[in-house]
Amino acid sequence: MTTAPAGYGKALDLITRVRGVRGAMLVAGDDGVVVAEQLMEGIRGAAVAALAASLAARLGRAMQAAGVGASQFWHLQCDRGALLVVPAPSGTLVVAVAEPDVNVGLVRLELLRAAKVVG
Amino acid sequence: MTTRAIEAWTLEPLVTFVQEASARLVLVMTAAGQVIAQHGFSRALDVMSAAALGAAIMASTEELARLLRQPPFAALNHQGERQGIFLAAVATARGRLVLLVVYELDVSSLGLVQLFFEQLAADLQAASPKQAVSKQVLAADFERELSDSLNTLFRR
Repeated sequence: MTTAPAGYGKALDLITRVRGVRGAMLVAGDDGVVVAEQLMEGIRGAAVAALAASLAARLGRAMQAAGVGASQFWHLQCDRGALLVVPAPSGTLVVAVAEPDVNVGLVRLELLRAAKVVG
Repeated sequence: MTTRAIEAWTLEPLVTFVQEASARLVLVMTAAGQVIAQHGFSRALDVMSAAALGAAIMASTEELARLLRQPPFAALNHQGERQGIFLAAVATARGRLVLLVVYELDVSSLGLVQLFFEQLAADLQAASPKQAVSKQVLAADFERELSDSLNTLFRR
């Protein structure tokens, strides 16, 4: 696991302690740059951050067009894992990369808690 | 939007970068500001101005780095209200190339541009001719060569 700047470590710890989570990141939502990360080896943090932020921006516009309000949580399930994201009020994205069989409800709960910590 | 290259080996990496990073304008140039490829520009004057300014910014930051006794800065990003400018250099067998990228904040981001710039740098390094042709630039040829380059860049 890589380290995170002091202060954000606690928020990321909430997520990475969930069984099946391979890493967690805080990503600047407007520019897709990594703010803090705790990732297992082999996960390309910068790539995940940039693409997740790009996706979040597009999803935000789609939700706005659909008139369903702001995004609160999204979950992309893939055959070898999952990407789970909660946007914090400040615009920072709280991102988890997880195993395919992770407890999604628990990860969602911890992402929401971490988003509150981040503000 | 069109992508044009004076040196053909730069075209494919540049087209891929533009598509992946959703860049609006891109210039590939030498450290001296000589344009090798461009995407999105419609006027020769804009290309020449942007290249000159981009090369000057790179030269300034390199000098700052030298004063700070550190290696040249890897990249430079200016973020405006709706657009961002990303400037970075890549070492190739052809010599040191400078990339100037303008991106819209509502379709791209610094993260995306940085991410795909890494790929572009690797592609340019792989595609660059191994034996650079060093050619003496004569004053008599300069205007004709400049005109030829602009014709290629804008297909006039």
